[in-house]
Amino acid sequence: MRHLLSTRDLDRETAIGILDVAEDMADVSSREVKKLPTLRGKTVVNLFFEDSTRTRISFEAAAKRLSADVINFSAKGSSVSKGESLKDTAQTLAAIGADAVVVRHSASGAPHTLASAGWIDAGILNAGDGTHEHPTQALLDAFTMRRRLHGSASRGKGLDGVHVVIVGDILHSRVARSDVWLLNTLGAHVTLIAPPTLLPVDTGQWPCEIGYDLDAAIDADPDVVMMLRIQAERMNAAFFPNTREYSRRWGLDASRLDRLRSDTMVMHPGPMVRGLEISAAAADSARSLVRDQVASGVSVRMAALYLLLSGDREVD
Amino acid sequence: MTARTVLHQADIARALTRISHEILESNRGSGDLVVLGIPTRGVALAERIGATIARIENGTAPGADAPPVGALDVTMYRDDLAKHPTRAPSPTSIPVSIDGKVVVLVDDVLFSGRTIRAALDALSDLGRPRAVRLAVLVDRGHREFPIRADFVGKNLPSSSRERINVRVTEVDGDDAVTIDDGEADGVGGAGRSGSDTGAGRSGSDTDADRSDGAGRGEADA
Repeated sequence: MRHLLSTRDLDRETAIGILDVAEDMADVSSREVKKLPTLRGKTVVNLFFEDSTRTRISFEAAAKRLSADVINFSAKGSSVSKGESLKDTAQTLAAIGADAVVVRHSASGAPHTLASAGWIDAGILNAGDGTHEHPTQALLDAFTMRRRLHGSASRGKGLDGVHVVIVGDILHSRVARSDVWLLNTLGAHVTLIAPPTLLPVDTGQWPCEIGYDLDAAIDADPDVVMMLRIQAERMNAAFFPNTREYSRRWGLDASRLDRLRSDTMVMHPGPMVRGLEISAAAADSARSLVRDQVASGVSVRMAALYLLLSGDREVD
Repeated sequence: MTARTVLHQADIARALTRISHEILESNRGSGDLVVLGIPTRGVALAERIGATIARIENGTAPGADAPPVGALDVTMYRDDLAKHPTRAPSPTSIPVSIDGKVVVLVDDVLFSGRTIRAALDALSDLGRPRAVRLAVLVDRGHREFPIRADFVGKNLPSSSRERINVRVTEVDGDDAVTIDDGEADGVGGAGRSGSDTGAGRSGSDTDADRSDGAGRGEADA
């Protein structure tokens, strides 16, 4: 694997391969010495043009567990605020000798540009670009579901027949896009539920169903309910009248939680806004896999870094 | 390419039985033993050795526990990751804590010794065994590290051009050890490994020693 830019271009075999490597990485996280010497001498740069807590520390932990050297870069307090272009930043990183660049950028397609423009030879990992994709999040979601369904016998399996409902701000969500493509590739059946204003115009091409009614979706007895955060910072309060109305119609509250099967998985990519899209009761219930998702994130990112950085890169 | 079989199913079974006896003899029983196979084929061999040890011990010391058997993947510890296409790791399963135990590593072929070096590194991240022993089905020489096997099924002095293939039922459907002549024209495949390199490179003394002990001289001729 040369880069990991999107889940749309991952085939089923590659996706399952990444999840299987992540299973082995998860074993490392449970031992006493949580470190492998695999990427010794490699340099991983976390290039974050947008704020992030869990994705950045997750990538940092993943790189450190594989013994890579990690350089953290955030746009605030860097020369980007002085007007440096993406190209110059990339060439600086190339001169430093970065072997992999984990990039988050508010512009959709920025990681693709880094990977294809020839400014830098490093492997590029997309850690979220604009409203486009967030592939490692989708992989960790799939990994978490697969582990819950199959336990220690997960290796080699897909998510065939699993019904996943994704609820909330689909329009601004790169997680939803990556999830739709990946889960569909793995054999799951995806339904998106959102207010009409928070659905993209172009969903006709997406391999999923669209609905507007969360109660109907819950009555259809899904295996997974994934709640998405309302991205208030991208909205200017223009997409629904007020948060209470949103919460009443599309929030996962206690009464909707009670109607789910006891083994339905409740997921959320974080950060959660409790009381808006998800109630505290749902977030802390036994069905909630939110913390499993965070733990899976490190394993999946270790797998991605391993697959990008090991092996003869000329061969790929 | 000429392939010839140097160990048949019965030969492999006898070699593993002898190795199991030797492990028990040197360890004075199965106490504190942990048998760890190196994927892929080492795991199958480790399971057979574990089962054989249990059977032997039940005959001589009834009630003795079967030794725990696991798998130790060394992919992430290899020193040649950058020189090959990316390898997919295999699962590691360590059934018990290895602290203070006698770990017997099991692999199919001992060649350069690099896999075993990686395995020793991997072990040190998992705990501190009291001792680490090495059992291999085939030792083909050409070591690149100061590493030696404690228990050897069969010494096969070989040319580095030849390929030694170990097939085990659990993975490949049948048991056999074969040698592929490394050259397309196949100049006397049988003669090469026995005479050509056997005396010079890989120590024919240990070969005679081991294979006589197992009562199998015929495959070398």
